[in-house]
Amino acid sequence: MTSQNSSPHTKAVSLFELYSCFFWIGMMSFGGGLMPWIQREVVTRRNWLTNEEFLPGMAMSQVLPGVNSTNVAVYVGQHLRGAAGSITALAAILSGPFIMVMIAAVSYEFVLGIKFIQAAAAGVAAAALGMMLTTAISAIRSCGLNIAPICIMIVTFILIGIVHMSLVTVVLIMTPISVLLSWPRTIKASEDKPDA
Amino acid sequence: MRENNLIGLMIVLAPLSLASVGGATAIYAPLQHEAVELRQWVTPQEFLNYFTIMRFMPGPSSMLGALIGWKLEGFWGVLVATLSLYAPSSLVCFIVARSWSRFAGKPWHTAMQRGLMPVATGLVSAGVWNLFQLSGGSLPYAAMMIGVAIALTISKKLHPTPLLIAGALVFEGLYLVDLL
Repeated sequence: MTSQNSSPHTKAVSLFELYSCFFWIGMMSFGGGLMPWIQREVVTRRNWLTNEEFLPGMAMSQVLPGVNSTNVAVYVGQHLRGAAGSITALAAILSGPFIMVMIAAVSYEFVLGIKFIQAAAAGVAAAALGMMLTTAISAIRSCGLNIAPICIMIVTFILIGIVHMSLVTVVLIMTPISVLLSWPRTIKASEDKPDA
Repeated sequence: MRENNLIGLMIVLAPLSLASVGGATAIYAPLQHEAVELRQWVTPQEFLNYFTIMRFMPGPSSMLGALIGWKLEGFWGVLVATLSLYAPSSLVCFIVARSWSRFAGKPWHTAMQRGLMPVATGLVSAGVWNLFQLSGGSLPYAAMMIGVAIALTISKKLHPTPLLIAGALVFEGLYLVDLL
């Protein structure tokens, strides 16, 4: 009857595991958009967080100042290991790019001239977008088959994807509405059984 | 001179860290204004080159600031730029995340969590849509995207890296036979 959202990780995640996980995320994610990588690694593959725990952090990260991916790293790190976890995850996600940026600085004029590389980059971008689509599918499944969340999801999609409203505005408008709509279900669930 | 540049990087980048709401795109304009026009750390052409490079680099595209740091002061410039770009925003995020997790289990926390989920889902879905349109929405692009999504959805343990490499190779092949 106590806690509602028991995390799947009963064993503590070591700082080393956290570092190596986020180091590779930072290193392998080309073309921006690290969010799908993080979701796949920490939710789908490693079960450190559930989608229920991860997705709110993702929404917060996009509204708070700063880059989404570093914010999510801080969020996940703090969720798993507190302050030490945050610092570890942040340092990890930035250490790959930190090294790469210096390599790029000395070699970019050479690299940018190669047409060959641009085609490869487009291929990587397409595959990376497929990964983001996977995250969307996984998130949609986690939301369940209730009318209210489905409507919120669709309206959010339309406002950003089609109307092109600013992301921050949309989140600030849609979140209170969504919370109010989910309130009855939340109360019901907490009366029925503790693990939602 | 070194101290001046390092302090200058801090003065320019730390506020941008907090100003970059909604991602790195928000900081390009003010960064360009400061680094190119006001302080003349880099030429307009260099700034544009840096912008292009960042598309091919791992990590957040605001690491552009670190490239400017490299030009000014080498390693120390990169270090100071990186810390200035990410420490302030991360501190804010940490404080919010900690307060958030402290209330875990409270009914309103659960309601917030449930309320944020479909919003976050809408954000990701719209992100896919927007990026797909930006890419020009070509057939190979769509096929690659959907193929990768199917593979990753079917296999939970599949690592994405081989798929990204496959993406690069397939597009390279298409480029060579003039289909791209």
